[in-house]
Amino acid sequence: MKKILVQFAHPAQSRSRINRTLRTEISDLEGVTINDLYSNYPDFLIDVKREQKLCEEHDVIIFQHPFYWYSTPSIVKEWMDLVLQHGWAYGSKGLALQDKLCFQAISAGGDSASYKREGTNAYSIAELTSPFRATANLCKMKCLPPFAVLGIHRGISRDLVKEKALEYRRCLVALREERLDLEKVCEGEFLNSHLDSTIREA
Amino acid sequence: MEHFLLQLFIFLAAATIAVPLAKKAGLGSVLGYLLAGILIGPYGFSLMDKVEEVMHFTEFGVVMMLFLVGLELQPSMLWKMRAGILGMGGAQVVFSAVVLTLFALYILPWQQALSVGLILSLSSTAIVLQTLQEKGLDHTSAGRSIFSVLLFQDLAVIPMIAALPLLATSKVVGHGDSHHGALFDISSLPVGWRVAVTAFAILLILIVGKYGSKPMFRAIAASRVREVFVAAALALVIGISVLMYAVGLSPALGAFLGGVVLADSEYRHELESNIEPFKGLLLGVFFISVGASLNFQLISQNLLMILGIVFVLIASKYLVLYLIGSFFNMSGGDRTLFAFALAQGGEFAFVLFQVCKSNGVMSSQQIDPIISAVAISMFLAPILFMVQEKISCDSASVTDADREADRIEYRGRKVIIAGFGRLGTDIGRFLISAGIKPVILDNDASNVDVIRKFGYEVYYGDVTRLDLLEAAGAAESEILVIAIRDLETSRELIELAHKHFPKLKIVSCAANRRAAYELMDLGVNSLRRETFGSALSLGQDTLQLLGLGPYEAYRLTRIFRKKDQEMMYELYKMHKESEEGYVSLYQQQSAILEELMQMDCDSDLEKVEKAWVAKSPEI
Repeated sequence: MKKILVQFAHPAQSRSRINRTLRTEISDLEGVTINDLYSNYPDFLIDVKREQKLCEEHDVIIFQHPFYWYSTPSIVKEWMDLVLQHGWAYGSKGLALQDKLCFQAISAGGDSASYKREGTNAYSIAELTSPFRATANLCKMKCLPPFAVLGIHRGISRDLVKEKALEYRRCLVALREERLDLEKVCEGEFLNSHLDSTIREA
Repeated sequence: MEHFLLQLFIFLAAATIAVPLAKKAGLGSVLGYLLAGILIGPYGFSLMDKVEEVMHFTEFGVVMMLFLVGLELQPSMLWKMRAGILGMGGAQVVFSAVVLTLFALYILPWQQALSVGLILSLSSTAIVLQTLQEKGLDHTSAGRSIFSVLLFQDLAVIPMIAALPLLATSKVVGHGDSHHGALFDISSLPVGWRVAVTAFAILLILIVGKYGSKPMFRAIAASRVREVFVAAALALVIGISVLMYAVGLSPALGAFLGGVVLADSEYRHELESNIEPFKGLLLGVFFISVGASLNFQLISQNLLMILGIVFVLIASKYLVLYLIGSFFNMSGGDRTLFAFALAQGGEFAFVLFQVCKSNGVMSSQQIDPIISAVAISMFLAPILFMVQEKISCDSASVTDADREADRIEYRGRKVIIAGFGRLGTDIGRFLISAGIKPVILDNDASNVDVIRKFGYEVYYGDVTRLDLLEAAGAAESEILVIAIRDLETSRELIELAHKHFPKLKIVSCAANRRAAYELMDLGVNSLRRETFGSALSLGQDTLQLLGLGPYEAYRLTRIFRKKDQEMMYELYKMHKESEEGYVSLYQQQSAILEELMQMDCDSDLEKVEKAWVAKSPEI
């Protein structure tokens, strides 16, 4: 059984809908640890040792957050700046994260049509998240496409949010039990593009 | 009695006139005293008599100075300096003595040449330390090296006094007064006993200093009679000196040792502030007497020879010191300071030549020109410091361009905390953890006792006393933290600091808003209301327990803190204008604050986020 770490980052949780629902849906899963960065470090004073230990103890690391300014909320950047130290995360002796799986779980306002060359956002999600994949690459991690909930401002219905949350749960359970076809997943744009074909049922 | 008072008046008056003038001219106080001495000496207005006696008596200022220096040196620090003391000091004395002896061999037989070499290798502790302190160089690395050498020289005087009589070439009639104990003469004892008695004397200083002084000073502090403390402090220094004389050791060294033992005592600054004025006065008179002892008649008769001795003395010592500086890897600027600072002859020369004379090592005719040369070199010492400053200034401006940007080093900077109650304790803990060792003052002796047990460096004393502030290093400190509840005391302290230490930045707590406004009237660099920080923290905890996200609760406290601080200055201005206006401004500001915090909570995320799906983002 793989162990999963969810690095949760939302600066205004009392006003979050998608992320909170997603998080609630997975919070009771065995083998899943949720690390709420904004709650643990409201003053941004990240406990590097603790964070590194958490990473070492898990096989899959997920960064779950709203897609702010085509990127992450600022604390995730702070986390990377401080926690991903040379000799630990990268460099010839930095092997702590080697071969771990990682991906982002994002919620974005625009729908998939807007994340295209001709769309309002002009770039695809894959292009915009390339720094994350580059980071994972440098840390010798295996990066999967992001789990995405898009178009949330089109007035996403309560049911749809619940549906996405259940998808998220399904993904995590499959990852935990190693039933996710990683090769196939990497061919898709999002982790949750074709769940029925990428998850082998138990 | 009248005569004594007249002499005293002349000394003090000469010092009062000459020293401020010399300082104004940028010459430093030592040169001022020396000039005053020349003026009132036998070749000036001839206003003083018994110059040598005065010099001898006021040498005691050097003892006090070393006691004070000892007070600033913890035993651990002294231990760290051991390499410098033995290495640099040893090398300086040995090599200077060798070089000077070689020069002296041109005109003197070897015994006398060796005596001259040994004696001239010593420098002037009094002038050098005083000048270093005045220039604020005593805590620099060069200052420490210089001090190490001076300390070794003080040690070296003892064997010199013992060895010089052995170099005698002519027999003297009757034994010299090289040694007479004040209480008993231990030179009549067998050698083994002598060593034992000497060791016992040193041990006595250590034990009394370590264990006896504390209860004694505590009892005196409790009596709250200031003079008694002064008396006790003087008695301590004088007692040590008497003991050292009795066993034939240097009283300066004994006093230094006593100071070191007391360096981590809570009464250190109180002792400092009590001894300091006596030391200052005695040294001042000592410098005056050195100035007065310049025998101009002799000098004019033997001008070329004496100037030649002065030149050889300073040049060869400078060279030896410079080479030692290179050997110990000092930086360029440190090396020149080190060499210039110690290149003069010292006051020990007066004593040691006396020993030579009375033991038949050398004759008056031989000694007098050399003593004059020593006095001139001491007179030149402050001038050499000025030359060094000029040189280092020039070289600094040359290298200015490729100089690295200044690193702001906050560690090791000086901070004084006044008041060590609950607030002061936490400030102290915080600063200590940040690598700053504050000097902490509190006027409650029992509180000081308790807090010392937790390992804090706290000193007993009344913070509103100028001399205590001085002893605590207010002149060299950058920041004074006032953690005192009582408004009156704070006010007094701030006024005192503004008046005497205008460079000192002041960080103060205020018990409440009104107190804050009063302290703002006085002008402080930072002001915080005493309980404001904890109030906000508790408020933040409350919001969090009510279910607000920790980050959001944190943001709200930050907003509140920032706005409140801004508002306080506006309210302060209004508070001076009118009471009514103040109340209405207060209400108005509170309303604004409330609104701001609401906005942070409710800002309509959906509205913001919707803008992201529209063709052009807008709100």
